[in-house]
Amino acid sequence: MSNVPSELKYAKSHEWLKVAADGTALIGITDYAQNSLGDITFVQVPKVGTVLKAGETFGVVESVKAASDVYAPAAGTVVEVNPALDANPEKVNQAPYTDGWMLKLKLANPADAGALLSADDYTKVIG
Amino acid sequence: MGALQTTPLNAFHRSHGGRMVDFAGWDMPVQYKSILEEHKAVRQRCGLFDVSHMGEADVKGPEALKFLQHLVTNDCSKLFPGRILYTVMCYPHGGVVDDLLVYMRGADDYLLCINAGNIDKDIAWIQEQARGFNCTVVNRSADYAQLAIQGPRAAELVQTLTKTNLGEIKYYHFTDGEVAGVKCIISRTGYTGEDGFELYCAAGAGAALAEAIVAAGAPFGLELTALGARDSLRLEAGFPLYGHEITEHITPITAGLGWVVKFDKGPFIGSDVLKAEKENGSARKIVFFKTGDRRIVRAETPVLNAAGTVVGRVVSGTLSPIINEAIGSALVDSAALKDQLAVDIRGTKLNLQLVKPPFVPLKKN
Repeated sequence: MSNVPSELKYAKSHEWLKVAADGTALIGITDYAQNSLGDITFVQVPKVGTVLKAGETFGVVESVKAASDVYAPAAGTVVEVNPALDANPEKVNQAPYTDGWMLKLKLANPADAGALLSADDYTKVIG
Repeated sequence: MGALQTTPLNAFHRSHGGRMVDFAGWDMPVQYKSILEEHKAVRQRCGLFDVSHMGEADVKGPEALKFLQHLVTNDCSKLFPGRILYTVMCYPHGGVVDDLLVYMRGADDYLLCINAGNIDKDIAWIQEQARGFNCTVVNRSADYAQLAIQGPRAAELVQTLTKTNLGEIKYYHFTDGEVAGVKCIISRTGYTGEDGFELYCAAGAGAALAEAIVAAGAPFGLELTALGARDSLRLEAGFPLYGHEITEHITPITAGLGWVVKFDKGPFIGSDVLKAEKENGSARKIVFFKTGDRRIVRAETPVLNAAGTVVGRVVSGTLSPIINEAIGSALVDSAALKDQLAVDIRGTKLNLQLVKPPFVPLKKN
């Protein structure tokens, strides 16, 4: 069974989003996604300052099996990327919701997160 | 497509958490927990692979040796009972039908081990070529289960399960024996670049043998290992895989396998064409490369020269979990080999550093 933490919001394309009180959000891929991809060998993320639209490709997660695009669950500006993934992309496998985060976005409209899937709804998607 | 074929270990894989995929028409595990961790386990300790999908054929009769000398490129006259030879067999145009192992069991009695995806094609080819020779060719593929125990601790582990003195079996030699009470061909071979054994037993005994090895494996750090790691291990060792470095359209000379092509034994299928290629030089060559980067350079990626012209294509690519960078092989125009070669991975140009494999130091067996 995949881990789907109840406090996060989800996109059908298997990214999660964790909104903070200051209007920023952390973004990563779900436990289900990392498990489907298998051993992650490379994570390509955008530069700080990149402006992303909701649903836009923001990078590539590469595993031994394949390279897969990852999508921004909400619009915003990249304010931070996880520096650890360059040398240790396996953190996405080991801790997809914590150490394996990929981006911090300054959300264009924090209310957008409300339109994303709840943990229960995402659990149905991957059921 | 018909139903996938299964090995005698299918239930074993499922009960041990194998992630099953369609591999050349076979329902096989690509990994249990992690391809990278399984790969490292084989380099550092030992791993157990199910290779029962591989095919076997008996070649028997007074002209068995004469026939094999005609069929394959390597020199089978060097064999003696208990000795194994790696070789390829070619079409008259020099392309490869398959790579295979030839086991000599006795005078007039040989066992061939062939690739799973090629069994039907190979058996038809071998039987066709055997016409006119006084020998029989029988497909035995369904009769055998085959387990590979590979890694620096493989011999210690298997020794706990057999009375046969494994120290007396040298690399590329075999003997008949019992492992965990199961009658086996105990073969000191493998396709990982590590020391280890391949055990051929009756199909019905395969699962019990696998469970016995697992039960004895913990003190030796045994991991269950599957096709994903098998592919990255063989590529890291610089071994060819049929369909990649060798195909119907890639000769053994082009693939750098000249060492298994023995012209001095007399003519064999493809020998004229291969000799001409060796003397005149190959138009294309298989080369091995690394990039200094972690992005995997996958099969079919175009290989570019300094001007950006396509001069070849990648045939195998993965990440080496030992050197932590992308490794691979490519089929490249020989004339381009003096240039700096590169690939474009999603807009990033990566130079290829050509390497004479293995990519990692391997223990000499």
